[in-house]
Amino acid sequence: MAAIFQGVGAAAALSSSPSNSFDTKKLLCSPRRSFSARKGASFVVVRSDGSVNFDLNHKGRRAQQLITNAVATKADSSAAASSSKPGHELLLFEALREGLEEEMERDATVCVMGEDVGHYGGSYKVTRGLAEKFGDLRVLDTPIAENSFTGMGIGAAMTGLRPVVEGMNMGFLLLAFNQISNNCGMLHYTSGGQFKIPIVIRGPGGVGRQLGAEHSQRLESYFQSIPGIQMVACSTPYNAKGLMKAAIRSENPVILFEHVLLYNLKERIPDEDYICNLEEAEMVRPGEHVTILTYSRMRYHVMQAAKTLVNKGYDPEVIDIRSLKPFDLYTIGNSVKKTHRVLIVEECMRTGGIGASLTAAITENFHDYLDAPIICLSSQDVPTPYAGPLEEWTVVQPAQIVTAVEQLCQ
Amino acid sequence: MSAAFSTAKFATQPFPLNTTSPRSHDKPLFDPLKIPTSSSPFLGSTRKLRLSSSSKLNLHRRSGAVVAVSDVVKEKKSKSTPNLLITKEEGLVLYEDMILGRAFEDMCAQMYYRGKMFGFVHLYNGQEAVSTGFIKLLKKEDSVVSTYRDHVHALSKGVPAREVMSELFGKTTGCCRGQGGSMHMFSSEHNLLGGFAFIGEGIPVATGAAFSSKYRREVLKQADCDHVTLAFFGDGTCNNGQFFECLNMAALWKLPIIFVVENNLWAIGMSHLRATSDPQIYKKGPAFGMPGIHVDGMDVLKVREVAKEAIGRARRGEGPTLVECETYRFRGHSLADPDELRDPAEKAHYAARDPITALKNYMIENRLASEADLKAIDKKIDEVVEDAVEFADESPLPQRSQLLENVFADPKGFGIGPDGRYRCEDPKFTEGTAHV
Repeated sequence: MAAIFQGVGAAAALSSSPSNSFDTKKLLCSPRRSFSARKGASFVVVRSDGSVNFDLNHKGRRAQQLITNAVATKADSSAAASSSKPGHELLLFEALREGLEEEMERDATVCVMGEDVGHYGGSYKVTRGLAEKFGDLRVLDTPIAENSFTGMGIGAAMTGLRPVVEGMNMGFLLLAFNQISNNCGMLHYTSGGQFKIPIVIRGPGGVGRQLGAEHSQRLESYFQSIPGIQMVACSTPYNAKGLMKAAIRSENPVILFEHVLLYNLKERIPDEDYICNLEEAEMVRPGEHVTILTYSRMRYHVMQAAKTLVNKGYDPEVIDIRSLKPFDLYTIGNSVKKTHRVLIVEECMRTGGIGASLTAAITENFHDYLDAPIICLSSQDVPTPYAGPLEEWTVVQPAQIVTAVEQLCQ
Repeated sequence: MSAAFSTAKFATQPFPLNTTSPRSHDKPLFDPLKIPTSSSPFLGSTRKLRLSSSSKLNLHRRSGAVVAVSDVVKEKKSKSTPNLLITKEEGLVLYEDMILGRAFEDMCAQMYYRGKMFGFVHLYNGQEAVSTGFIKLLKKEDSVVSTYRDHVHALSKGVPAREVMSELFGKTTGCCRGQGGSMHMFSSEHNLLGGFAFIGEGIPVATGAAFSSKYRREVLKQADCDHVTLAFFGDGTCNNGQFFECLNMAALWKLPIIFVVENNLWAIGMSHLRATSDPQIYKKGPAFGMPGIHVDGMDVLKVREVAKEAIGRARRGEGPTLVECETYRFRGHSLADPDELRDPAEKAHYAARDPITALKNYMIENRLASEADLKAIDKKIDEVVEDAVEFADESPLPQRSQLLENVFADPKGFGIGPDGRYRCEDPKFTEGTAHV
């Protein structure tokens, strides 16, 4: 885990210029586990200016090339380096796929449905190769009918299957909102506990790279008040795989948030089977002065800010809350009791967002431990603008985090 | 009539859909599916509909000619066919189920006005032939997905009247422990996948249940899994996207599902004909590559014939069927509806076609049952319904401790509290007093 963060700041290491050569054959033929970075180098997502150093979302399919590009070049450069290390290195989208694949192997009732999840391999390649391996019925390409295929997943879950429904983009799931809210969230209750809905709803969300308003939504706030649903957000290959597996095994409906800009994060993860706890937060960086609560992509903005803060003499504690609903109040509480100061950094909408709920929960439970009012940095309540600079100003940038911590610790 | 009936039975013949895998790209472009020819009474009446547009009476606006049980009887007699449509035993089962549906709903109205049940209560009076005609052909493993008008579907599927009534009373002995209510009846034991209170949302769920059947057979290799799913919904739903989306998916994957439209002509206060560009709903089946059938929904025997064939098709893996049952509700949309909009003449017309009376007459005329036999059933059902009310009335209201149960199948979903323990381990949680 820590490896990722050691590298933050050294960011520019990986460039994903579209001009890199791209050899599909080589990529597809190399066993996943041989992909590896140069020895000792860790993968970095953010440049010092806070922008992401790869372009995942630029015009749909091209983005895929960019991802694989980066992998291919790296695989080229160091074929043998990884064999001596424990675990294996992979990208976040591959980690998700690995988790999914393992669960599908383990349990024949696990199936996938969604738009382009089968033959096309998923818009972000999370399900690549699964249709070939498991067949068209287990990896079901659906028509573009979000409400109906989500409802179908719920019906399948009620009758004994464990479907993983992919929203090609989280925003598309707004079209399935009725099914997610009224059926996923309520059916177990209204049926008096007779029917379970062990479904996973997942997909790419968040503000990407100039994808325009509809494809750059922060929907955590929309889903969080649905009763009966758990929500988790992954942020590293390790927790992506662990949360995917945990979500599939859970008897509850789980929404797994992935972030469009994190799919080609690279990390070495254990070879052994593991799962993450759906309800637990992750301690990213222990510290003494201030608790920074964050999740998903903002974790990297926070870590970038943390580097600056450390240089300025602060010792921030960074927690990736991971479980967006319910909150892990134990981990959060322990941190608050230690630092007495809280900064929340999220990409969610300011109004009614995760940060707002988190602020309320902390105030309710740990008010006596606070030495300063909680500061919550959320993205702006605007439709995500297309233009680069406007988009950048919509989400929280590392410099704002530094300023906020300085203010909190005055 | 019998000729027309057999035409109506299936608007299309089974066609060469690809049977191997949904992956196949070489799906044949089959001929435009045949729709019933002019020998069908339903298309004939459409012509009438257009010509008689000046008519004030809604009756003429129906898409299909209405055929009574007695017509079938005459037909049978004229041909002197010895085969009746049902045996005595079957007839009695149908009669009992329809009587139960009617008596139960009438009792609901009483109980609602007496303040024993609350909220929106939608009664099924008049439509019994559809529920009974279809559901009584099912096995226990087959699934039913209903709407907000779901009490009678639950009863037909075998959920005890006591449990349904108790649910309506909001009691802990209800089929959903009082947590569902009138529009959310469920029974996992009887594979009633629920009453769905919003328009159309049950159709995808039903499609998912049908998908599970296919999955069990083809992926889990449970060769004996021939379970089918019935999705009930009304004419109003047929203008909703989920209806079309699911027709497409069900036909695409040849799912074992029957889409049963209970066309009672009215979506609350919106006439089907004012809402729908082409009011002949069954014609939308062939458009998606599945048979579309129109049947007189006031005639349980006809419904049953059609249902038998559609369910058989689904069981054999031949895919979905769309069945439009032309029916009528004898009461308002819900007990809160003053029902002032519908034409009294229209109501009177359908009241005269009461499906229970029709079945009764058929059985007596054909000596399938005596007046006394049927009276005995009436009496038995009265007792069942009385007993249900008594049971519900005496049942306890839910305890507070029930409040937080069943929100999550795994209560860990409530998360970890400040003390580091899962909240569901807190005694207050079990007491229902925890603040979640």
